[in-house]
Amino acid sequence: MHKQSLACDVLVIGGGPAGIAAACCAAESAQRAILLDDNPALGGQIWRGKANSQATRWIDRARQAGVQIVGGAQVFAVSAREDRRTVLAQTETPEGLCTVQCERAILATGARERFLPFPGWTLRGVTGAGGLQALVKGGWPIAGKRVVVAGSGPLLPAVAAFLKTHGADVQLVAEQAPWSRLVNFGMGLALRPAVAMQALSLFPQLVGVPYHAGCHVTATHGARGALTAVTVRQGERTWQVDCDYLACGFNLVPNLELPVLLGCAVQDGFAAVNEWQESSQPGVYCAGELTGIGGLERSLIEGQIAGYAAAGEKGRQRARALFAQRRDLYTYAARLNHAFALGDALKTLASADTIVCRCEDARRAQLDEIAPGSWRAAKLHTRCGMGACQGRVCGPSLSFLYGWPIEATVSARPPLFPVRLETLAATGQQEPNQHETTGEKR
Amino acid sequence: MAELITLTVNGVAVRVLEGTTVAAAVAIAGQPFTRRSATGEPRAPLCGMGICFECRVRINGRADARSCQTLCRPGMEVRTDA
Repeated sequence: MHKQSLACDVLVIGGGPAGIAAACCAAESAQRAILLDDNPALGGQIWRGKANSQATRWIDRARQAGVQIVGGAQVFAVSAREDRRTVLAQTETPEGLCTVQCERAILATGARERFLPFPGWTLRGVTGAGGLQALVKGGWPIAGKRVVVAGSGPLLPAVAAFLKTHGADVQLVAEQAPWSRLVNFGMGLALRPAVAMQALSLFPQLVGVPYHAGCHVTATHGARGALTAVTVRQGERTWQVDCDYLACGFNLVPNLELPVLLGCAVQDGFAAVNEWQESSQPGVYCAGELTGIGGLERSLIEGQIAGYAAAGEKGRQRARALFAQRRDLYTYAARLNHAFALGDALKTLASADTIVCRCEDARRAQLDEIAPGSWRAAKLHTRCGMGACQGRVCGPSLSFLYGWPIEATVSARPPLFPVRLETLAATGQQEPNQHETTGEKR
Repeated sequence: MAELITLTVNGVAVRVLEGTTVAAAVAIAGQPFTRRSATGEPRAPLCGMGICFECRVRINGRADARSCQTLCRPGMEVRTDA
């Protein structure tokens, strides 16, 4: 069994924009920095696939700064050592176990899409919105396929434009938020030229694609396990659209497993941080979508602040210089979240026999029996959240359906992901210095 | 230019561009599903980013690999469970 043990001053977990920026700034401030990412390539979801110039610039900068990059590393456990001054992360790489011990940790694990259950959402062809984009970036054949893009968020038109340029026949974009809110948000965009330009640049690519606001999918139709059509509703009007794919996501939710496992406080559904991006756990920083959904610019700024701040006094002066930019981006994020808040109509889409937990095939009726219930009750009575994904999909959807706080649905217990037995076994072969602090446990 | 890679999906050879994920290769091979659910429903990828585990397949004999997070390699043997 291959086993690798690394040590550094600053460990960054998550190789999206926030994580890359954090690792750069820490390394440029004379810290030994390691950047761990679970994907085959750096860049996170937004920079997945084809290299763009901004991504290349940041990744080159990290390499030049001497950041040690470990790709394909799935962190399955993270713990503060007894001395409370170091953090140990355990990861599984294609080669085996890789552990990293660090003085300070920066968590930049990003966000995932929120899925909501509706009849037929387990059919082949129903994917996330960003999900279908990610699949296509990985070579999934989409040319000539009919696609409906639905759900909520600024991601939807971007995904529709992306799919169209890859040859998909995009039938419709169905945004659940009503026009009134979107117009208000649009006015706010005008105050942020960079974002407005980005939105405008999508229009030529979206010519011929109807964009419906206040509109959502109510049902799907399929044959032999695969999607053939969807029913959409806008106000009192419902109609059917034939399609091969439904790319459907309802905003984003943070990947809170690591911060919760380390005991970081969560507030309003996000990791709580101070002005230095430091969490309630000293020495543990959070940056990017973990602390709030605000897009690329905000992630880059937060990452830089965290990276500098984790480097000590000197770095903090450079971090402080970025505070004004961050404040500006928070205003944008607040407007965004207000504009795309999910409507109550979406709570009634799943019928009694609709599957809500795709790992365990638990159905809506089983959850309704224990309503309003709790995440714990759902697990005990329905096996919801007990499967391979550990509630990463059904947790956020049930949080919305039944009003549970999102952090209450986070399963933060190692192993955070399924790992091979030989990897787990290798964690038991402790190194000598660990025995000094922990003593003989068994 | 990206190179072409040959691998097998359920014993049938398929050629894909370097950088293609195993999930995409399964679709290119014409296999609609990746796994069967706890109650026997056929399933296909959902999240595309390693979260949902719907895309898991057997790769080179190793079960439960997330095909959307795994890049194709020459000679890889992929088996779906549906």
